[in-house]
Formats: sequence, C-alpha cells, structure tokens
Amino acid sequence: MPTRRPPDLPERDVTPEAIYQDRRRLVRLLALSPLALAACSPKGEAGSPTPAPPPPPAPGTALSYTPNPAFRTRGPLTSWQDVTHYNNYYEFGTSKSDPARYSGAFKPRPWSVTVGGECEAPGIFALEDLIKGIPLEQRIYRHRCVEAWSMVIPWVGFPLGTLLKRFKPTSRAKYVAFTTVDRPGQMPGLSYPVLDWPYREGLRIDEAMHPLTLLAVGVYGRVLPNQNGAPLRLVVPWKYGFKSTKAIVQIAFSETRPVTSWNQAAPDRYGFYANVNPDVGTVPWSQHTERRIAGSGFSLFGNRIATRLFNGYADQVASLYAGMDLRRDY
Amino acid sequence: MRRLDAVGWSKPLVVLLALMPLALLVLAALHGTLGPDPVSQLEKRTGIWALRLLLLTLSITPLRRITGWNGLIRYRRMLGLFAFFYASVHLTVYLVIDLGGFWSQIFAEIAKKPYITVGFAAWLLLIPLALTSTRGMMRRLGRRWGQLHKLVYAIGVLAILHFVWQVKFGRTIAVREPVIYAAILAALLLARWRPKRAALSARPAPARSPAPAPPP
Repeated sequence: MPTRRPPDLPERDVTPEAIYQDRRRLVRLLALSPLALAACSPKGEAGSPTPAPPPPPAPGTALSYTPNPAFRTRGPLTSWQDVTHYNNYYEFGTSKSDPARYSGAFKPRPWSVTVGGECEAPGIFALEDLIKGIPLEQRIYRHRCVEAWSMVIPWVGFPLGTLLKRFKPTSRAKYVAFTTVDRPGQMPGLSYPVLDWPYREGLRIDEAMHPLTLLAVGVYGRVLPNQNGAPLRLVVPWKYGFKSTKAIVQIAFSETRPVTSWNQAAPDRYGFYANVNPDVGTVPWSQHTERRIAGSGFSLFGNRIATRLFNGYADQVASLYAGMDLRRDY
Repeated sequence: MRRLDAVGWSKPLVVLLALMPLALLVLAALHGTLGPDPVSQLEKRTGIWALRLLLLTLSITPLRRITGWNGLIRYRRMLGLFAFFYASVHLTVYLVIDLGGFWSQIFAEIAKKPYITVGFAAWLLLIPLALTSTRGMMRRLGRRWGQLHKLVYAIGVLAILHFVWQVKFGRTIAVREPVIYAAILAALLLARWRPKRAALSARPAPARSPAPAPPP
C-alpha cells in the first residue's frame, strides 16, 4: 500500500541539500530498498543558507530489522537529533526539550508488560519473551502532533496485531487500553498533576489490529532512546501523536471504551479517536496545516504544508470509519 | 534644546537594551540555533518580549510612586513603543514566515481561533496608542489623551488571554509561565487601584473632583 503522491508538490518539499549530499550514507543507514531510493531521490536543490553537517551517528544499540518498502514516506526524514530532542512526553516535563534532558535516569530494562482483560491468554511477560520470534521491520511514518507540527520518522517495530493475537482476545474485546509506566523517582514530570497519571490511551480493536498500527522498539535502526518511549511504544500514524502511548506496561482488552488521559482532561479538545483531520479544529489549534520539521538543514521558510485527512493514510484506514460522523466522533 | 540629564543620556542605552533580545534572536536564527522548530521559537520569543515590555511600561507608574523618582516617567513612552515594535515583529513572523504561502488561512485563523483573535485585537489597539504617543498629539488631545491611553489596561488583559489560551489545559494549567505573567499584570493593575481606595477611606466626606489621574 504505497503512499499516494499528492498532485502538486510545492517547492518546499524539495530535499534540503544536506540530506541530498548525505543520501548515500542515509541509504546505507536505513538499508532502503531500490524502490524506496527512487522515492527519496531529490527533486532539486533547496537553497539552504549554510549546509548543515551530516547528523551524528545515532547512539544506542543497533537492532537487526528488515526495511518494509510498503511503508515509507516521501520527502526528507526528520533528523535523529530532532526526533530525539523535540517531543512531548509530559512524564519528563511539559517542555519539548524536557524528555531528552530529564530521561537519563529512566531504566527501561528489565521491563515487563501486564496483559489482561477480555483475552484467553493473559499474563505478565518479560519484554524479551513478549517480542520473541517477532521479526522487526522498519517503517517510515509521518508523525502529526495535535500542536500542528509534524515529522517523518523511521521506526523499527512490528505490527501491534501480531502481538495482540498471541493473547487470544475474546469476542468481547472491543477495545484495547494501554498504560504508560508511572515511576515518579525516574520521571520528574509526574510530580505535576497535568494529567491524571498514569498516562492511559486506547484504541478500538479494529484500529489496534490494523496493519498500520505499530509497536516500536527502535528508531533510526537503534534501540528507542528513553525520551522516545523506551522500551516499547505505540505508533498510530493516522492519529495525533498523543494516541501513541509510550513506555507501555499494561495492555488490557475491554468491552467498553477505556478512559483515556487527554480525553478525560479536556473532552472538548481531545476526542477518543483523535484522527488527524484538517477540517476538524482542535482548540486552540487549527488543523488545516502543519509545520513539517524535516531534513537536517535549517530553514525558516516553507515549512508549512497542508494537513491531509488521516495524516495521508486515508487509503488504508478510511474504511475503519465508514458511516461515522468524523466531526462528532473526533 | 533641553539639557541632557541622567535620564536623557541613559535613553540611548535603554534603546540598545530593548533591541538586544531582537538582535540575539536574529543571530540565533542566522546560526541555526533555534532548535528543531525555529519558527515557533521566533514566535514565542518576540511575543514574550512584547508582553514583557508592555508590563514594564505598566510598571513605571507604580514604581514611580514607590521610589518617588519622577524621572522614570520619561522612559515610559519608549518602553511602550518597543512593546508595539515587538508585537509587530511577532505578528509579522506569524503572518509572513509561519503562515507564508497559506494566505487563505490567515483570515480563518484570526476570526475563528479565539487566542489569535484576542492577540490580533491587542495589536490593533496598540496602533492608536503608538500614533498618539508624540508630544504634539498629547497636547492636542489634552485630557482625552489620558482616557485613550487607558486602553493599555485592556491591551494587557488581551495579551495575557492570548498567552494563557494557548497553553494546554489538563485539570490544571500545563505550563506555568503564562500564569506568572497574568499574576504580574494583576499586581500592576491592583497597584493602580489602591491609592484611590486609600484616599476614599482617609477622606470619607465627598471631596471636590479629584485631581486628574496621571496618564496610565
């Protein structure tokens, strides 16, 4: 299911020079297939004022994975530096630089996940046992924050559905809930009652089983850094980023819709579905457009792009919502 | 020509100081050290300096009362104009750099997003104050000048709303900074009410119409 090319690609989508010059290394790094290489080839030279140095080699343990060419995204990637130093993870603080700054003491290993609710094979699983035998793949996904900025990120992980099937959900399992770890000693942001901790999110079972829904254990070919949700996080690319639960310690199947943190905190702003939708604004942000943070070059102009329904994944996921009023069920 | 006193010679220094944040911001932008989302940094920092200068402007009168140093009043116009200057840069960054290329979105943003509506209104209201800030206009408007420039209080409230409404709300306000600025504005406004009340309690009998209040 290839990402469809938008009809008119504006000049601002042109690959920054630094990325262009760096393409061979990037290709090696990502081990992209020739098909993906064709998709990433530059369409021209961007006028970046000072060519940025190539991004430093990503720290962390290398993972073995296979790139999945079916899940890729046009245009330059967001640099490793930006992916890992600019995100929301309120357990470490409310500023977007806080997660990288304050997650050093976090211990993502050993790790276990409690699985329960409407399933035949619940239990408490060590992370290694949980993902044993599941092949890792790399997928390049667009990431859209509800704050109207976006990134293009090469995740390493596996489809959530592959894992969920192992627990044999029953016919009563209509939803899946995810809980983030709650460790005040290692997560300084938890001392502020911004949300009703621990962080909880959830998906409808068909959303959870959808092949696009990913459980990530790595980014840029390396083990996930603490600030990006180590050791195990959700990636639901057609929904706003807050649906993608980080540092998951609990998975629970349920018949009723689970309570989710942001929806609970501000139901008028954050819906349960939180599908990316340019026509449904989310207070206080308009969602018509987004600022794309991509490339390693520095640019002030031309970062804004139009936001697409379901973050551009409508071909794959629109059928999940057939007959639903997306304005009401936002 | 007026004799150059301490306030007079210090004014160019204040100008330089007030331009420092912009200079540092431009340098950071040129060096690419504004982080992953430089446009949002430009917006935040120009906005915060507009607000800081507005609050500084509003603090002149209470400070003058506390310190008894009347020379302070001579910095006020300059600070107010710098608040307008930074607000204008802030708006320009938003319209030209951030929304650039999506002109059709501009009207919708200003009309439909309350936090942008109030921010824009605050900037609009600053225009008449900037235009009437000259000595000549002060003379021409007379008493009405003071009345017109009371608008600055409304502008302060609008600017704070613009800031606070952007902050994500959970059960509590996620980010403290706007709340701190709101508290400062509240204190500055309260500082203006107190003397009147004191005057009332000190003199219960209705006095003749009080002396015209100093312009805000």
